Amino acid sequence: MIELEGLTKRYGEKVAVNNLSFTVRPGIVTGFLGPNGAGKSTTMRMILGLDHPTAGDVRIDGKHYQQLKDPLTYIGALLEAKAWHGGRTAYNHLLCLAQSNGIPRSRVRDVLETVGLTAVAKKKTKGFSMGMGQRLGIAAALLGDPRILMFDEPVNGLDPEGIHWIRTLMKSLASQGRTVFVSSHLMSEMALTAEHLVVIGQGRLLADTSMADFIDRNSRSYVRVRSPQRERLLDVLHQAGIVAVESGDGVLEVDGGKAEHIGELAAQHRITLHELSPQQASLEEAFMQLTAESVEYHAHSGTSPASPEPPRQQWGDGWKRG
Amino acid sequence: MSSPQPQMPQAAPAWQAAPGSAPHPGGPGYTSPIPVVRTHLGNAIASEWTKIRSVRSTMWTLGVFVLLVVGIGLLTGIVVSSSSSDLSGENALSLGFFGLLLGSMCIITLGVLTTASEYGTGMIRTTMVACPSRGRVLAAKAIVFFLVAFVVTLVAASLVAFLHVAMLDGNGAKEPSGGEWLKSTVGISLYIALLGLLSLLIGSIIRHSAGAITIMIGTVLAPLVIALFMFSESLQGVRDALFEYSIPSQLSVFYANSLNTASQSGPSGWDPLWIILGATAVAFAGAFALQEKRDV
Repeated sequence: MIELEGLTKRYGEKVAVNNLSFTVRPGIVTGFLGPNGAGKSTTMRMILGLDHPTAGDVRIDGKHYQQLKDPLTYIGALLEAKAWHGGRTAYNHLLCLAQSNGIPRSRVRDVLETVGLTAVAKKKTKGFSMGMGQRLGIAAALLGDPRILMFDEPVNGLDPEGIHWIRTLMKSLASQGRTVFVSSHLMSEMALTAEHLVVIGQGRLLADTSMADFIDRNSRSYVRVRSPQRERLLDVLHQAGIVAVESGDGVLEVDGGKAEHIGELAAQHRITLHELSPQQASLEEAFMQLTAESVEYHAHSGTSPASPEPPRQQWGDGWKRG
Repeated sequence: MSSPQPQMPQAAPAWQAAPGSAPHPGGPGYTSPIPVVRTHLGNAIASEWTKIRSVRSTMWTLGVFVLLVVGIGLLTGIVVSSSSSDLSGENALSLGFFGLLLGSMCIITLGVLTTASEYGTGMIRTTMVACPSRGRVLAAKAIVFFLVAFVVTLVAASLVAFLHVAMLDGNGAKEPSGGEWLKSTVGISLYIALLGLLSLLIGSIIRHSAGAITIMIGTVLAPLVIALFMFSESLQGVRDALFEYSIPSQLSVFYANSLNTASQSGPSGWDPLWIILGATAVAFAGAFALQEKRDV
């Protein structure tokens, strides 16, 4: 169990993490979601005692990280990729970690086996691909067979097979009763693995909810209807007590999954339909809406309505005409 | 290199399926069958020993160090013995000075790399997560490095000392006394290992390999160079102090052929050892305080 209480981290004027309070429970995968720069990694570093919080408190099973004398048997963490010396072999890297926590040497081989790096155990880690690096980081996290696991963006750089492996691994770790806390900036990834969801944006807590609740609340399902007899259709729907919203280009959107009902109504009234399709707003969209105001780095797309009018006079226009 | 076949974690490997003997205090959840050990400094030392012996920079710096000390020692020995020059009363041990002066650069580099390279690679985060007691990490690094540097320097310096005494037997060299033997082997090795330890601490403070190495080489060379350019009469005092307390000059004290034979005011006997010990202690306190305070 990881408990955060009013956790705050300030770098000068900039607030990286702002008064975060939540609890990560054992037995389930908890997703930690937020756009880039939301403060996920900073929060994880504070949990691990690497960064000192400006204010607030974080405890692991009631203890501060500094109080853990054999931390790797308590909590295993995958932080940023490749946090090791590239000149050392994978085996020696894990060995020095095992020794510092009094973990039996045999565990090094076990975890190398688990992550599938046995064949390259005696190779220098600087030759490792991104995916192999992630696997080594995960091996280090599993080394002490800890009750709590924390993964910062574990699927980064993994191939589809590796991603599938990670998902299965996280679920099986949680099903053994461990606490699994995993950060990501991909909602779709979290939807597949996490049972609980903590969303932050610009360091503030935006949501702390079960994944099922989040999906229920945020994924709007609706039916898309197009018809050349749009006015008549609207009348018919209105009489049937169905609310339809026009969304431009002659498209009607009807909330709720009533595609069959709408089709039958249209048939009864001999209205031609060009389209009748059930739609579901993606979780990704819901996530983007939730974090829209708090995205740190916006890409400036030309189509954004907020962007200023392009200047009428293009550079070079004058001499081109002349 | 092809990516290895990932292996799915088996549903219940032996170490996971084994029932925990006693429930872990602090609530429900997973209980590992791995025995929980209360760790101590010894664990950190074992870890640091694995680290220092498993990177190539250790082999390189120490290899070059031994090559410099023994190589230069042999060369000077051969040159002096074949030139039929008379050492008239000087003991043969003093010829070891040049090799160790140059070799100290290697020990400085290794010292800096022991700490600073962890910051450069990001390894320090892994280290600190594995061992949250930052003081213990620093102490373990210091102990392991000091012992390695001391033993290697002692072996190289002793070898050169024996060679010189044997080679220059017929050149009128004085038979070195027991005290001179001790100073030119154990004494100089302690001094160089401490100089390396100081570099290790500077590396921990600066957290940047190139920066810390530059600072340490500057510390070794700058006082002599600066002193060379102090012509003014009024600066005589400063100039002498810079000469006398410069690290090369302190090294030469162990060979009793002090660079500053003109004035007898500088450090003598075992003084350099106490000076470097004091400097290292101060640096240790500083590095420790900073490491506790800063984010990793």
